[in-house]
Amino acid sequence: MSEFTLIVNGERRRVVTGGDEPLLSVLREHLKLTGTKYGCGEGQCGACTVLVDGQAMHSCQVPVSVAAGARITTIEGLEQDGKLTPVQQAFLDEGAMQCGYCTSGMILAATALLRQTPHPNDQQIVEGMNHNICRCGAYPRIVKAVRRAAGMNGRGGGR
Amino acid sequence: MSRLNPLNGATADVQQESRAATAAGAAPLDRREFLKGLGAGLLVCLAHDVAFAQESGRTYGGHELPKEISAWIHIAADGKVTVFTGKVEVGQNIRTSLAQQVAEELHVTFDSITMVMGDTDLVPWDMGTFGSRTTPTMGPQLRHMAWAARESLVQMAAKRWNAESELLVAAEGRVTNPKTSLSLTYGEITHGEKLVRIVNGDSPLTPATAWKVAGKPIPKVNGRDFVTGKHKYPSDIERPGMMFGAILRPDGFDAKLTSLDTSAAEKMSGVRIVRDGEFVAVVAPDGFTAQQAIGKIQATWSVPSQPSNHGLFEYLKSHPEDGDAEQPERAIGSVPDAMASADIKLQQQYTVQYIAHAPLEPRAAVAEWKDGKLTVWTGTQRPFGVRDQLAEAFSLPDAQVRVIQPDMGSGYGGKHTGEAAFEAARLAKAVGKPVKVVWTRKEEFTWGYLRPAGLIELKAGVRGEGKLVAWEHHNYNSGPSGITTPYDVTSQLIQFHPSKSPLRQGSYRGLASTANNFARESMMDELAHAAGIDPLEFRLKNLTDSRLRAVLQAAAEKFGWATAKSRAERGCGIACGTEKGGYVATCAEVVVVPASKSVRIARVVQAWESGAIVNPDGLQNQIAGAIVQAIGGALFEQILFANGQLLNPHFATYRLPRFKDTPQIEVVLLDRKDLPSAGAGETGIMGLAPAVGNAIFAATGARLRSMPMSPRKNAEDGAAPPYQS
Repeated sequence: MSEFTLIVNGERRRVVTGGDEPLLSVLREHLKLTGTKYGCGEGQCGACTVLVDGQAMHSCQVPVSVAAGARITTIEGLEQDGKLTPVQQAFLDEGAMQCGYCTSGMILAATALLRQTPHPNDQQIVEGMNHNICRCGAYPRIVKAVRRAAGMNGRGGGR
Repeated sequence: MSRLNPLNGATADVQQESRAATAAGAAPLDRREFLKGLGAGLLVCLAHDVAFAQESGRTYGGHELPKEISAWIHIAADGKVTVFTGKVEVGQNIRTSLAQQVAEELHVTFDSITMVMGDTDLVPWDMGTFGSRTTPTMGPQLRHMAWAARESLVQMAAKRWNAESELLVAAEGRVTNPKTSLSLTYGEITHGEKLVRIVNGDSPLTPATAWKVAGKPIPKVNGRDFVTGKHKYPSDIERPGMMFGAILRPDGFDAKLTSLDTSAAEKMSGVRIVRDGEFVAVVAPDGFTAQQAIGKIQATWSVPSQPSNHGLFEYLKSHPEDGDAEQPERAIGSVPDAMASADIKLQQQYTVQYIAHAPLEPRAAVAEWKDGKLTVWTGTQRPFGVRDQLAEAFSLPDAQVRVIQPDMGSGYGGKHTGEAAFEAARLAKAVGKPVKVVWTRKEEFTWGYLRPAGLIELKAGVRGEGKLVAWEHHNYNSGPSGITTPYDVTSQLIQFHPSKSPLRQGSYRGLASTANNFARESMMDELAHAAGIDPLEFRLKNLTDSRLRAVLQAAAEKFGWATAKSRAERGCGIACGTEKGGYVATCAEVVVVPASKSVRIARVVQAWESGAIVNPDGLQNQIAGAIVQAIGGALFEQILFANGQLLNPHFATYRLPRFKDTPQIEVVLLDRKDLPSAGAGETGIMGLAPAVGNAIFAATGARLRSMPMSPRKNAEDGAAPPYQS
């Protein structure tokens, strides 16, 4: 057991655990941030996607020892002062979910995609989001939500 | 191992749902306390027994309500409306669509309604959420109660004002007398009293043509909780002092434990071993430690020899379920005579593999024992069914078990059972603390149940002018749902033959209608080509069902069927079907790369009709989602198994539809305001596979009669299929 310091949603958090514990369960169980979901534990479904230093990563595949010191953003860290991010708002506006279990991971994957590619075409959206599974099949609406968010970012995409 | 086989007699005993949102940490209320907590207002119940419906005007404080009640609506003194139903929200959007229907008949704003769902202590008994029953049954029940509530309030206001009730207007949660301009809110009318009215559901409901709140595209009611990560799914529930459980799984189905060494796991800090016969589990302070501890247990198992994918369909046909021979679903005319008179005669076999529901949230439960009462938060489509299972397992009266179903990470028919609930309860009892059990993905694949595999044998005859005259349909194991043909055929023999399934199987979105429709609609296409008639024209020629004709024509028109030309690289296919009151027609455009033999679905147009539309946005979402989910079973999803083990119980080896697999999707909704609303969560899945198979044939001339049609390898023999996707 060791102590690790994580910077989660802008706050320094200390956890004591084995260094090989995945970031996913550290977030969910130690830090009570349950918005990040377990879907497969195999890095295949993206339900556990978080941002690690701005990059979308499957938190089930990141040992806590690797995440220590990095800036981690979870779904709980997006909303600021009651204001949703453009990606969150776009998912809400497009109704881009059914059961919503994949939604946290989708939103973080889309956030990372739009940081890297602010004005993606549909092919880039599909490529960028393909690591995330929506078993309810809301993909067409999720693509629309990413498109909408790209337009809302104010980086020249227009409305 | 018990092998749930709910397919014959269907779904009848395996259907149920509900929900409730109790924040983690807050002590849950039981029904008696909850009724007290409702405060003053009007409580309206719907009784199955008409005798109860005559009783009204009682107070509910201290009274036992009739047992046979299917839902309640409470209107509080502050005008807040709370609806109690045993149905559960699993992503199909009924938390929103049911509230719309209550708002419609009660004449209140949509925002004033809160739905309490699937908490066995708070809501009336309900069989479960399955079979597309919520919209056609729970919807009207709630509407009757809402209507009765509104009527009661108007009567009360009339009495108070000494006015004629017919002259009063109820709107936006108030009753107003237009003559005097007197106005009271619903809460004010109840005047601080606790009133109860029990009704039997014979009230005149507002016709869909006059709907103002129902029929509108109202967004998911608590959508914001999902985009912020605030919503607590079953696997997110936390209780004070909670521990984490993990279960030692056998090496295969029907395995016997032959040796066990738990010493290494026992040495781990905070880990406790729980053993009861062959049930071996660990409880640990956190989930990661629990999984590590399970990994350190040394166990050997003896696994009996069992069937595999190889020879599966012969196995299913030659291993009928014990019991009386099944009666045909339909037997009219004489198929042999009709076949003898036919000009075109075809006989074919179709197969479907086992597939998994793979809900993104696996089975999960948190169990807590307190003062002899068991409370379990779990993801299930049948909270009351799980409650009964738990009560039986622990020899408790029903009232001592409470099952709470937070809106869950879906089920698609795969969560009718309560395995994780039982395991968590067992472990919580053993360690005297609340215990959470969340199944791993491998466990979810292996120890849940599957959509049945099946063999379907068809025989059909057509006379020269394109008239279908003979139809014989036998389904082995997959199920009777959607088995009867909607086409006009004078001689038919249609029969389901239940088999001894080598794998545990159960319900699935649409049940066997996908398999039966794949066979039937592929055969219809084969017959059309054999007769030299356009596949759409051939269907219409043999179809009088006006609702099915309407969706076929709507899909064909939107797709541009009349001018669509198939060629080697691009094929177009059409299919239709009806089940559970839903009517679907699907046109698919498939791109085939002849050199690589790869298949991709480029475009799907699906027309849908299920009576009056309650929420067009939710309905569009359901139908589009059903199309996407259908792609997996059509093209690549299949469970591989041998000797009591699943060989691909992981997302890396069991392929699910992804963004890249998703075609351009256009949904055409036909709104039949003159017809009752039917459920729409299931039947939208049944059109895609045959439409795609027919499109592949149109492009390539290859008829693919096995689902999945284009996996990387065939399940039966490991060979590469002619086309891959």
